[in-house]
Amino acid sequence: TAGRSCGDGLLGAGKHCRFPEGLLLSHSHHRAALVLSSSSAYKRFSELLPKEERENARSVRIPKSHILTLPELRANPFQHRICHVFSTSEAGDDSMSFEDFLDMLSVFSDSATSDIKSHYAFRIFDFDDNGILDRKDLEKLVNCLTGQGEESRLSSAEIEQLIQNILEESDIDKDGTINLSEFQHVVSRSPDFARSGGVQQ
Amino acid sequence: RDFQQADVKYLSRWKKWKRTSSKSLKKMLNEVKGLSSYLVLWRHDIRNIGGRFGTGIQSYFSFLRFLVLLNFIIFILMFGFVTLPTIISTYGIFNSTVAKISPQNIEYNCTIYEPRGNKGLVYFFTYLQDLFSGTGFLEVTSLFYGYYTVDNVWISMMRYNLPLAYLLATFAYLALSLLWIIKRSVGGFKQNLVHDADQFQSYCNKVFAGWDFCITDPNAAWLKQRSLQYELQTDLEEERLKQKIADRTIKEKLRIYSLRIIINIIVVAILSGCFYSIYRVTVFSQENSNVSMRTDSIDNMNFLANLLVQYLPSMVMALANFFGLQIFTFLIKFEDYLPAFEIILTLMRCVFLYLANIGVLLFSLWSQISDCAAGKCEPCGYNYELYPCWESNVGQEMYKLMLFDLIMILAMTLFVNFPRKLLVSHCSWKLIQWYGFPEFGISDNVLQIMYGQTICWIGTFFSPLLPAIATVKYFVIFYIKKISLIHTCKPAAKPIRASISNLFFLAMLLLGLLLAFIPLGVSIASIPSSKACGPFRNFNTSWEVVPVTILEFPIGLQKVLFGMASESFAVPIFMVTCLIMFYLIALSGAHKRVIEQLREQLVLVRFDPLY
Repeated sequence: TAGRSCGDGLLGAGKHCRFPEGLLLSHSHHRAALVLSSSSAYKRFSELLPKEERENARSVRIPKSHILTLPELRANPFQHRICHVFSTSEAGDDSMSFEDFLDMLSVFSDSATSDIKSHYAFRIFDFDDNGILDRKDLEKLVNCLTGQGEESRLSSAEIEQLIQNILEESDIDKDGTINLSEFQHVVSRSPDFARSGGVQQ
Repeated sequence: RDFQQADVKYLSRWKKWKRTSSKSLKKMLNEVKGLSSYLVLWRHDIRNIGGRFGTGIQSYFSFLRFLVLLNFIIFILMFGFVTLPTIISTYGIFNSTVAKISPQNIEYNCTIYEPRGNKGLVYFFTYLQDLFSGTGFLEVTSLFYGYYTVDNVWISMMRYNLPLAYLLATFAYLALSLLWIIKRSVGGFKQNLVHDADQFQSYCNKVFAGWDFCITDPNAAWLKQRSLQYELQTDLEEERLKQKIADRTIKEKLRIYSLRIIINIIVVAILSGCFYSIYRVTVFSQENSNVSMRTDSIDNMNFLANLLVQYLPSMVMALANFFGLQIFTFLIKFEDYLPAFEIILTLMRCVFLYLANIGVLLFSLWSQISDCAAGKCEPCGYNYELYPCWESNVGQEMYKLMLFDLIMILAMTLFVNFPRKLLVSHCSWKLIQWYGFPEFGISDNVLQIMYGQTICWIGTFFSPLLPAIATVKYFVIFYIKKISLIHTCKPAAKPIRASISNLFFLAMLLLGLLLAFIPLGVSIASIPSSKACGPFRNFNTSWEVVPVTILEFPIGLQKVLFGMASESFAVPIFMVTCLIMFYLIALSGAHKRVIEQLREQLVLVRFDPLY
């Protein structure tokens, strides 16, 4: 598939991903209305299914382990969070239907506005799903970024200093946590987020 | 989709048609965009490099691509307006003729110019030497200024003023380069200016926007994680250092400041040493190569020696640049600055070194050309015996510099990077392992590119086909660097971000361009043009063709143009420009204040029950 670009910084610039073209979004009423102009998303979704189930791919849910084989998610430290956030499964097993898959692709594509991207980024980073980014979330976030091995973690003093700095920069109401509007405010002025693709042209 | 389909029922037919046609138009535009992106040079290669090595290095390669395009456009410009008419008229195509007006009021001696050209039997070594130093057969080709000894070109009744075209094409390529670079840097600059007040937001930037969601290779992901870790640790360390610096005692401060003064004196001494040696070497090279040219005794044995003498200035410059860089990198550690400032200061010193070296080379050339002791340049204003066609000589020096630059890059990759990689991967001695794999140092590479491009800009006036050589050179360099990167280098532990590196490359290039204005300005306006060759034979200086042409315009237009060049016009324009600048600065300051106020309001909104 001719890939459209996806993010360099979080969901921002950099142009060699394989996310399919032509997903147009109109984000009214907080729900994306998708207009498919190419069937490459459907093709990719059905490729994740075993052959027998491909005909009714639209109504099937793919288990998390299959989703994680996607090249874009395979090497991503946030893979589990991404599956969790985009999955609408009631069973809580993070399986994704075709609609969920499309949601995920549309948020990652070039044509999503930075509002949408930052909204989903916030949800991905909110490890305990309580609607705010507190110290524990930030600590888990930093450890994801630097790697899980022993020598790739920052020391606890460094993490403390780092979290202190992050809160100083982004916590406007000084309550020790980052809520969605503070997060969106901070991310909207981030040059690597906004360089291209993340900001609506 | 449900919402859209629901809406559709209630729309009139006209609106329906409008909506479907705009959708299909958008789709068509997308397709065209998609197709045209395939035409972009090296698109695939650069994306792969970005995926494997990060966006900083990727922007270096797209910078190379930009330079290939820029040089190609400059070449088209010079070729189309200068070379093509000359060639057409020389060979009489399209019923065209050349008009060579013999110079009036000029001593006969000034017009003697006999380049060796293709006369007589040409030995193979002579041929090689001519190829590498631009003398002999190469000197009389359209590569150099001397070929364009044409005053007017007549193309079936239309007069084409070649001298004016030559000068205007020069200004055009300088203006084009300036505008293109500024246009490319404005985007990045705008962002930096807005975010300037928020430099303290760098941690959030790194943590929230730090992960590259395009990484698909687990190895690349591991590398990215290491680089993020390194970056965060470096930033935290820098913050701790800042704290330490703020806590310095007076005694420590005195010690550090005196150390810095000493080191700056050393730096100045090194720079002066470089300048002096380049001056001496250029003078030496000019004197000895002239002697051998004139006596025409090219001995096969002396071929290498001759070539060495010719390339001595380029070699000394390359050595000075290389050692200067190493010494500056070494010295700055003693000055105890913050790591970010260390890099900037070293780069500033190196940029100054590289550009000033070029300046000194040109200055020493000019001192030779205008060497008027003992009445050597009485009738003509320049040293006509040694330099009957001095612009070609300057062009030859630039040509040699450019060739040597390319050879050096090739040699460094082949004879330093590859052996180093082989050594490190097959030999397990501690010393060699400590030496490590070569790293792709972005700053060194960008300095080299800036140096090469400045030479090209200066040299194009004296050698109109030089941009073609530069285009081929950058084309080759792209592949050399790419191979070197992929096969020998390991990704840098501390990668530069794309947003910063783009601005940095363009700023360096802009510095080079601004420096290029100075020698060109001096050559065009101040040094008398050679009377033996070139399109400006009948003028005192190259610039003089412009006033002479203006004098041929109708009186009204003349008055306007001369008025524009006078002080009574320039001063008010300057004042108006200053006023506009102050207004814009004040406006941006006001915007920043508004941003601050809005931020504070955001805090209030959380707690004020009224909202």
